[in-house]
Amino acid sequence: MMEIGLNHYLVLSTILFAIGLVGVMRRKNLLMLFFATEILLNSVNISFAAISHYYGDLTGQMFAFFVIAIAASEVAVGLGLLIVWHKKHNNIDLDNMSTMRG
Amino acid sequence: MFEAIAFYLFSFLTIAMFYIAVTTSQALYALSALAAGMIFISAFFFILGAEFLGAVQIVVYSGAVMALYAFGMMFFDTTREVKEKQGNKAIIFGLSIISAVLVVIIVAAPIVGNNIEALYPVTEGAGNVQEVGMVLFTKYLVPFEVAAVMLLVAMVAGIVLAGKKMDLSLTLMTEQEILMMREEDKNKKVLS
Repeated sequence: MMEIGLNHYLVLSTILFAIGLVGVMRRKNLLMLFFATEILLNSVNISFAAISHYYGDLTGQMFAFFVIAIAASEVAVGLGLLIVWHKKHNNIDLDNMSTMRG
Repeated sequence: MFEAIAFYLFSFLTIAMFYIAVTTSQALYALSALAAGMIFISAFFFILGAEFLGAVQIVVYSGAVMALYAFGMMFFDTTREVKEKQGNKAIIFGLSIISAVLVVIIVAAPIVGNNIEALYPVTEGAGNVQEVGMVLFTKYLVPFEVAAVMLLVAMVAGIVLAGKKMDLSLTLMTEQEILMMREEDKNKKVLS
């Protein structure tokens, strides 16, 4: 078997990022859209950890920690806003949120 | 050898789980597939020697974020099938492939350009958790505190947005208004 290098992890991270992007583009339900953004953040975390390991530098891991913290707070605020919207309009479809389209 | 097997196994599992999470039309399937994918991702962190990050990944994502999503889904109608955007598929897939290639170029550019020197090199004879603590509480102390304040703000925002009658302030109301509000609540409970 061949050695697992940095490129393997970067390619994996890219594949996951592409899956997340496809999710962001094809989902209409806002909750499903949030799931896709979680996938995006996680794929970036993998590449941070891999670079941190292969260069013997801890900065990558630190950035991964802060990304996790930001993801957690994003979920808290986003779900709160989603609940308010759902109480008001009784659905969370993206197409109905076009009041500023003009 | 062992590392290669683990890497390929977990990469296959992660990609499969995230693919399900993105493509399924059932919200509950998407939630469980996403939780499984998060746990499989922590396996990569353990392979890479970042044990603390792996543990944080399991605790924060599979524990906190997924529980929050599960609570959020109770508010929404999740039994109905999720409708999807009917866009031009060729444009969507082309755009995502272009952006993915861009990400590879962005990540690989510094590697091709010049050799990176470690700013905070790994200390000899210290475990991963110890190293993380030493770097986090010296060089990254200010971002750490800012992140703590941000999490506090997010918590307050979540409570205010999701709670009931959060637009009212008891300290700004007079005694009579508070009494009237309580009476109304009592009447509502009796009626329901």
